[in-house]
Amino acid sequence: MRLFLITLSVFCVCAVVSADAQPRSPQIFDLVEPFPSVFPPEQVSARDLPNDAGGSVTVSWRISRSDPEVDAYEILRGQELEGDFSVIGSVEPGTCEFIDTGVSDGVSYFYAVRAVKGEVKSESTPSAEVSSSAQWFNRNRTSMLIALAVFSLLVMWFIYRAKKGVELFIRKISGLEAVDDAIGRATEMGRSVLYIPGIMDMDDIQTIASVVILGRVAKKAAEYDVHLHVPVSKSLVMTTAQEIVKESFSAAGRPDAYNPDNIHYLTDDQFGYAAGVDGIMVRERPATVFLLGAFYAESLILAETGHSVGSIQIAGTAMPAQLPFFVAACDYTLIGEELFAASAYLSKEPLLLGSLKGQDWGKAIFMFLIGAGVILETLGIINLSRFLVTR
Amino acid sequence: MKRQAPLIITFLAGFAMILGYFIPHEPFGSLQQILNTWYMVVAAFAMILGVGNLVKLHSAKIRRRSPGFGYSYVLLAGLAAMALFGITRGIEPGTVFYWMWWNMHVPMSSTMFSLLAFFVASASYRAFRARNVEAALLLIAGILVMIGRVPLGDMIWSRFPDVADWIMNVPNAAGQRAILIGIALGVVSTSLRLLLGIERTYLTGD
Amino acid sequence: MGFADRIREIDRRIIFLVVALAIIIPLLIPIGFPIQVSPSVRDLYNALESLPPGSKILMSFDYGASTYPEIYPMSLALLRHCFRRGVKPIIMGLWPEGIPFAERALQVTVEEEGKVYGEDYANLGFKAGGIVVMQALGRSFEEAFPVDAYGTPLSDIPVMQSVRNYDNVAIVIDFSAGDPGIPAWIMIAQGRFGKPVGGGCTAVSAPQFFPYLQAGQLVGLMGGMKGAAEYETLIRTRDLGSAGMDAQSIAHAVIVLFIVIGNATFFLGRWSSRRNKGTS
Repeated sequence: MRLFLITLSVFCVCAVVSADAQPRSPQIFDLVEPFPSVFPPEQVSARDLPNDAGGSVTVSWRISRSDPEVDAYEILRGQELEGDFSVIGSVEPGTCEFIDTGVSDGVSYFYAVRAVKGEVKSESTPSAEVSSSAQWFNRNRTSMLIALAVFSLLVMWFIYRAKKGVELFIRKISGLEAVDDAIGRATEMGRSVLYIPGIMDMDDIQTIASVVILGRVAKKAAEYDVHLHVPVSKSLVMTTAQEIVKESFSAAGRPDAYNPDNIHYLTDDQFGYAAGVDGIMVRERPATVFLLGAFYAESLILAETGHSVGSIQIAGTAMPAQLPFFVAACDYTLIGEELFAASAYLSKEPLLLGSLKGQDWGKAIFMFLIGAGVILETLGIINLSRFLVTR
Repeated sequence: MKRQAPLIITFLAGFAMILGYFIPHEPFGSLQQILNTWYMVVAAFAMILGVGNLVKLHSAKIRRRSPGFGYSYVLLAGLAAMALFGITRGIEPGTVFYWMWWNMHVPMSSTMFSLLAFFVASASYRAFRARNVEAALLLIAGILVMIGRVPLGDMIWSRFPDVADWIMNVPNAAGQRAILIGIALGVVSTSLRLLLGIERTYLTGD
Repeated sequence: MGFADRIREIDRRIIFLVVALAIIIPLLIPIGFPIQVSPSVRDLYNALESLPPGSKILMSFDYGASTYPEIYPMSLALLRHCFRRGVKPIIMGLWPEGIPFAERALQVTVEEEGKVYGEDYANLGFKAGGIVVMQALGRSFEEAFPVDAYGTPLSDIPVMQSVRNYDNVAIVIDFSAGDPGIPAWIMIAQGRFGKPVGGGCTAVSAPQFFPYLQAGQLVGLMGGMKGAAEYETLIRTRDLGSAGMDAQSIAHAVIVLFIVIGNATFFLGRWSSRRNKGTS
């Protein structure tokens, strides 16, 4: 009996010990993997960047559930789904998009995104295959193409009508009506005409508009035998202005009166130029000053000095910030588009006037679109404004 | 051909820029950048012409002993000094060029800019007269904005800054936008005229 | 000439003298007008304040000597704010004159806040090209700036090692006095690459940027010396901006006074000539 009890005890002890030693039967929490310390990003997708010259792929993903604690996301790229992926960039936490600009067109790529927290990295499943390509048309700019086409057609139409001899009404612009009288004033007073074509270079459309007007002013100055002085801020403007004035003097039958030294360079520096022009105004005391072109902060300095020496001043610029200064200090001011209309207005050529009418009709269309857009937006219909936005 | 060649070049260059805006595919996509780079190179070399013109004119003034020729000496000396020191000793902090730039050019430029304060005062005094309804409106708006934009306005009435902000953000912004739309159309119209050769004065003077 | 006519035709040099005194006296004897912060400056401040420490921002110095008195105080205030928040500015310039001004501002603020080059900030220097440079930054900073202002490759600068392009900077701040400036940064950095853009500009240019503020294309804007003074108020540091506000206030008041006097003499003159016409 004693032997049986001892045997049973030993057996029970062994059973207990071996139960601890042997693997337990699987339980529910053994079947579930422990929570990762960093969750991977999800839903990684890659697509060719639209409306570009190729070589770019946009990678997007849903941010990791651990995002506030994530240090960064690493973006990986490979050419085989099962092959090696290498890190091509990293972004700040909270970011869910990355543009890869290091791809070759026509080559297939796969992407994955890895959330990084310290030494721990958690990688997503790879994206579908993607390859980049260049597009032949930027669809984001469709509205701009339509606007350009419509505007060009309008301008062509009115030029055609002008050629046919149809009379086109253009409203009076006082500043431009006064140009001849202003130059005549200089003749009577025996003083010069000072022409300032702005401080920007020939790549600015305002400067081009200004030198076009300079041609007409130069022709008048040659006819009236008035000294024309054109100090400029940029070398290319100097060479262009010299050519224009020379041709204008020739056209007026006064090539002998042309002196290239009257169109000269001062300095590229904004306020150095203003100081130089002010000095010319105070010394020469011109009867007439034209301030036509692109100006910045020096506009009021020039205009006030011109006023102080008793000149009649005709100004014009398409810089909205400078318009109030010219309006306050000058006798006549061409506001914005009036500067661009000047050439057509002064020449009265039908072709040029036709383009002005086209421009006006273009403005009417814009006004209609603004009104329509305001009404539609108020009603919650945003399709029009979305279509008109370009990138 | 002397007149046609520049017109053809203008048309082709302008058309290329337009194509570059709408067609991202190479070679069109980078046309704008290439042409802009060419322009910057040309403009940089053109600066030699400008400096040459400056030296030529002022040398002639000195030779002829024209009125104010002493200032021509100052100009030429300054031009030579900045160029010489800049090229031979560099332009980094600690060089003579840097010293002249910080202690001569910067104060002079700042001084010229500060003249605006005085000219604004004299222009306002002369121009802000309530001759008619529009001028009176301009006058009132100007006064409200001038007072509202400084701490003194807030001291006089706490709503002054809000009034000034409203004037700047509503009627002023609306007017600026309208002017900008007109300017944009003017730019397109002028550009079309230039591209199509309708406007030729910049080439020929007539 | 009657009294009203004499006042109306007053020599402008007297106006200049009075304005000069109105500016000089408050600079010598500060008054200390309280400075109210405008929404656009507060928005810019909040945009930086919301950035976690260690964030990088791109700061472009695009102004020249003439606008230095207005814009330099802004850059000091913003750099102080960055350094105190632990935000790391990456400095660059699209105007050649901008970088020396940046270096001067860094000299002052780095010493104050005890910052180290390469760890807490970097200076990429000047690059010609305007919009071309802005576009290149969208692809790669190293493409636009292979080395920094001192010739060190970007890969050797600790603060630049995690910065590849716009994706790795939180915001772009532009101190702008013309072109290239804020409109170009909005067009490229904000429009094409979706990066928030904030700015500082001269007081006379500020109105043209209000439409961008309203449209949300600019996160905030400092306009002129007042903008700098407002930012200094927010970071609780009185410096050049605040010092100029007393003078600006008195000068504005003097100009308004002149306008009122001018109008008074104008109407007086008109009334007097009507009266003379009536009696003659």
